[in-house]
Amino acid sequence: MRTGFRLGAVVVSVLLAIAVPASASEMPKRGGTLTYMIPADAPPSFDGHQEGTFAMLHATAPFYSTLIRVNPENPSSPTDFVCDLCTEVPQPAGEGDTYIFKLRQGVKFHDGTPLTAADVAASWNKIISPPEGVLSPRSNWFMMVDKVEAPDPSTVVFRLKFATSAFLPALADPFAFIYKKETLDRDPQWYKKNILGSGPFKFVAYETGQSITGVRNPDYYHPGLPYLDGFTGIFADKQATRLDAIRSDRAAAEFRGLPPSARDELTGALGDRIVAQESDWNCGSMVIINHKRKPFDDVRVRRALTLAIDRWQGAPALSKIANIRTVGGIVFPGSPLAATKEELQQIAGFWPDIEKSRAEARRLLKEAGAEGLSFELLNRNVDQPYKYVGTWLVDQWSKVGLNVTQRVVPTGPLLEAQRSGNFAVNSGANCHGVVNPLLDIQFFLPASVGIANYGQYEDEKEVALYNRMLRETDPSKQRALMREFEKYVVDTEAHQLWVAWWYRIIPHRSYLKGWKISPSHFINQDLATVWLDK
Amino acid sequence: MTIEVAPTTATTVPVLLDEQGRTVRGLWGVTITFLRRQPVGAIGMVLVLIFGLAGIFAAWIAPYNPTSNDFAAMTEAPSWAHWLGTDQLGRDLLSRILFGARTAFIVGMTSALVGGFSGLVIGVASAYFGGQLDLWLQRVLDIVMAFPLIIMALAVVSIFGTGVQNVIVAITIPLIPRCARIVRSSALAIREVPYVDAARALGYGHTRIIMHHMVPNVMGPFLVIITAFVGQAILAEAALSYLGLGVQEPVPAWGLMLQGGAEEYASTAPWIAIFPGLAIMLTVFGINLFGDALRDVLDPKMRDR
Amino acid sequence: MYRYIISRILLVFPTLIGAAALVFLLMRLVPGDICLVRLGSGGTSFTQQALATCHAEIGIDRPWILQFFDFIWGMARLDFGKSMWSGKPVIMEIATRFPISLEVAIMATIIAVVIAIPLGTISALKQNTWIDLVVRTFSIAGLATPAFWLGIVSILIVLDVTQAVFGHPWMPPIDYVPLWQDPIRNLSIVMLPALTIGYRYAAVSMRMTRSAMLEVLREDYIRTARAKGLVRRLIINRHALKNALLPVVTVIGIEFAFLLGGLVVTEQVFNLNGIGRLMVLSVQNQDYTLTQALVMVVVTIAVLSNLVVDLFYAWLDPRIRLA
Repeated sequence: MRTGFRLGAVVVSVLLAIAVPASASEMPKRGGTLTYMIPADAPPSFDGHQEGTFAMLHATAPFYSTLIRVNPENPSSPTDFVCDLCTEVPQPAGEGDTYIFKLRQGVKFHDGTPLTAADVAASWNKIISPPEGVLSPRSNWFMMVDKVEAPDPSTVVFRLKFATSAFLPALADPFAFIYKKETLDRDPQWYKKNILGSGPFKFVAYETGQSITGVRNPDYYHPGLPYLDGFTGIFADKQATRLDAIRSDRAAAEFRGLPPSARDELTGALGDRIVAQESDWNCGSMVIINHKRKPFDDVRVRRALTLAIDRWQGAPALSKIANIRTVGGIVFPGSPLAATKEELQQIAGFWPDIEKSRAEARRLLKEAGAEGLSFELLNRNVDQPYKYVGTWLVDQWSKVGLNVTQRVVPTGPLLEAQRSGNFAVNSGANCHGVVNPLLDIQFFLPASVGIANYGQYEDEKEVALYNRMLRETDPSKQRALMREFEKYVVDTEAHQLWVAWWYRIIPHRSYLKGWKISPSHFINQDLATVWLDK
Repeated sequence: MTIEVAPTTATTVPVLLDEQGRTVRGLWGVTITFLRRQPVGAIGMVLVLIFGLAGIFAAWIAPYNPTSNDFAAMTEAPSWAHWLGTDQLGRDLLSRILFGARTAFIVGMTSALVGGFSGLVIGVASAYFGGQLDLWLQRVLDIVMAFPLIIMALAVVSIFGTGVQNVIVAITIPLIPRCARIVRSSALAIREVPYVDAARALGYGHTRIIMHHMVPNVMGPFLVIITAFVGQAILAEAALSYLGLGVQEPVPAWGLMLQGGAEEYASTAPWIAIFPGLAIMLTVFGINLFGDALRDVLDPKMRDR
Repeated sequence: MYRYIISRILLVFPTLIGAAALVFLLMRLVPGDICLVRLGSGGTSFTQQALATCHAEIGIDRPWILQFFDFIWGMARLDFGKSMWSGKPVIMEIATRFPISLEVAIMATIIAVVIAIPLGTISALKQNTWIDLVVRTFSIAGLATPAFWLGIVSILIVLDVTQAVFGHPWMPPIDYVPLWQDPIRNLSIVMLPALTIGYRYAAVSMRMTRSAMLEVLREDYIRTARAKGLVRRLIINRHALKNALLPVVTVIGIEFAFLLGGLVVTEQVFNLNGIGRLMVLSVQNQDYTLTQALVMVVVTIAVLSNLVVDLFYAWLDPRIRLA
């Protein structure tokens, strides 16, 4: 009897364990207004096609739809793309160079007019081949696109010049808002000052330099969404203000990323009223070297610079005070194209033995006649993480006898110094949205290919290698080419140095649910799946 | 940030009289008399001396190198190892404050002296020669005085680069018209005095009259202005560094220490923000006390109090 | 006298043009431009063509002399143009931010006057006593404290104190509402900044009040009144204070015009969306039209108030009046 009772209890508890859901997903509650901070001052315009700042995106993404996007349920995956306006993500047709998208039915703009394939095609044509006087900073991402057509109101066809796996991630660009064709035809600049989308929220008001508000779109095509009644985004450039706002519950979150000290302070002060989500960031610190400035035209000097840096020790130390963490190659860690640790350790600057590395650096400097070289490191006047990384780099280079001073300038003069080649070595960063390694590494390509590359070098071998890699359709062959490319640009030629990947920390109020962190502060900001547990 | 100078009515040659009414001579005598008459000013002088000497001897007194990072000892609270704690890069705060005193006084005194003397020359010339020169010079000074400091500083820093000397240039420029204006109003009062006309009639050259008559008579307000300027320049440097347009890393400067990291860590490591601010406050406080006492001594209207 | 007035007034115009030329030149001598900031500050790369398009759109690729002429001609018609950053009219950008700066400035003035005049008077009456010493120390400390540091420390104190006392940290609301819409919320936003600026303002005014009072108290007519046996309070209110107030009011008036300088850092610290912060932003963004307009506004106010003061003193001073 006793044994039976005990057995029965075990069976019941096992059954209960199976019956009660193992995951922590709760039922989302509808209602409430989300207040969040936007870590910038007012954006110059609202036109996503023409701008490139996250400030604009955080303010306006909730109002618009895109064709495809990163999966909001799984935003940290670099390969999981889902439809926003389409019905399913197509496999490439033809010779892998045609993509046919079928659109949802019944989608309406906020003014009631229907959204058709013509609108999608017109918006994309504006991005890929902008008309006179219209900016499109990312147009070079779509150099593989030949034509965008809308053969009927619910089909959009992209014809590429060649097949490449870089297309789909590029298409998920969060800046690619879908506008009305009629408005674009009438005035392509209309969207700079006006907001009219088809997204989960409708535009309510914009207080210049202060805040932007939206309310729920009752006709949103994803059923049941959005959960929120509305949102308010408040612009605040100063970190202390944002931090204090979250701490005193004037805002629930900030969606760019805060430094580790902020997370520690908030969790220390508020305990479990704060949740901190963390992820690797699709941004990294790098060093641009001006090849026209002697002695940096000598590849030995450039290689010495990268060999001197102890990334394996430095990144963990920096991760305590700055948004730096992961040591990786030029491809986003976690992407299938990224190098493994063993592969990485073959590359100069990533050798496991730092003493050996530095000895080699000193040897190279001596050989090049650049021992005890003095130079200026140009840096941006922003603490996180530019100044921390800059200070650390100066320290690292001093360990091989290099005498480096930092020159910190405001943004405008910095960009100008870069463009005019008025610098020797520049500590900078490279940020991208959707993880798309093939396009993200374009900044290594020489300026003659069209990108803003301030290293002032030419390298046909590099360009040829890149083009082969871009067009390679076999994943394993592509990976091998990537390894070759990586070694070539940061080791053999050391055109630019890749230092470390950033780390994104988002501490937010625990009542904010439904938002999952992703590797980029540009993606997943339409707030449709966010709900407030209060 | 504003640059202000307290109004003063001192218009005569500064002369110190002791109890018997005889003129006190010699630097030592002047100092002792001053200290006895103005004990509050003495406190000010002591404060200034403490920070000044700290700046001069920083290299010998400071326990650590102010620019060496120690990633193992970041944001540490004040302890025996680090008397005032460390900042977010592991740099010792006490050492940075001591070296910062050096930057503060270099910036403060250079700006004050250069600005003051330029203003003296311009103000006296403007008052002495009068007429069209005066009219146009005053208009130029109007423009410079009304021009926001932040734009001047941005232009200087962006065009000429960072570095202490460029910050000094940026801060000196607004000081010149302020000094010139006050010197001019004092000098104007002198200009109409008969002996100037008599001197001209006797054929004395401009330079001689200016150097012998006008300049000594504006010395009183001038000295007061220079003292006030030192404090104002230190505050201006702090404000400019806070906005990112002043001294740049890794030069230790009080204003720079209050930028960025200090606010970021204000809750978890308040000492990073508190100590540099206290240093600024105490130094300028001392300078102001001293300047006040100086004015009380030099201003005849205040003398019999 | 009239010659002086006329020539003095006429000189305002070349002064303003000189100031315009100065700001025009300074802004353009700074390396970089707004298009670079707009396209490149996110860390993402951009095409050269985008840069060229942006330059053409805003018009900064035209020769400088043309741009300067546009600027001066626009000023003459009181048309300040459009902000290069947002494309909105400069007047609108300034107008939306003006109320909060004005409110902080007025509140700071009220605080300053309320503190300065009584304390300055007491300090003068009780000269050289310990009260005088305390007040003077208080006012000199006010002149010595960097305004932004005071702001940082005060925010910190408020946060920590409210956390300790109420268990929940309190911070003033971040989004501005006008006074008539929600007085409590509005006042809680401007109170701390007004106190921070007001302290310094009070310090200057306090010292002026004290020294003006001291001067007046030494005057003969006060001694006569005292000899006549008038009640002390009557003396102060009826005679001394009234005469002492003239220089005090002058100083308060002049200082108000210089408040803009204080606003620049204070608005940064408290993240207020005011004119001071607008100036910092326009300078950082290298927004030529906005910066030029802001500087011209400030310079014009200063030049005009100097004009008034000069004319006033010219009228007072017989040497100039009769020249």
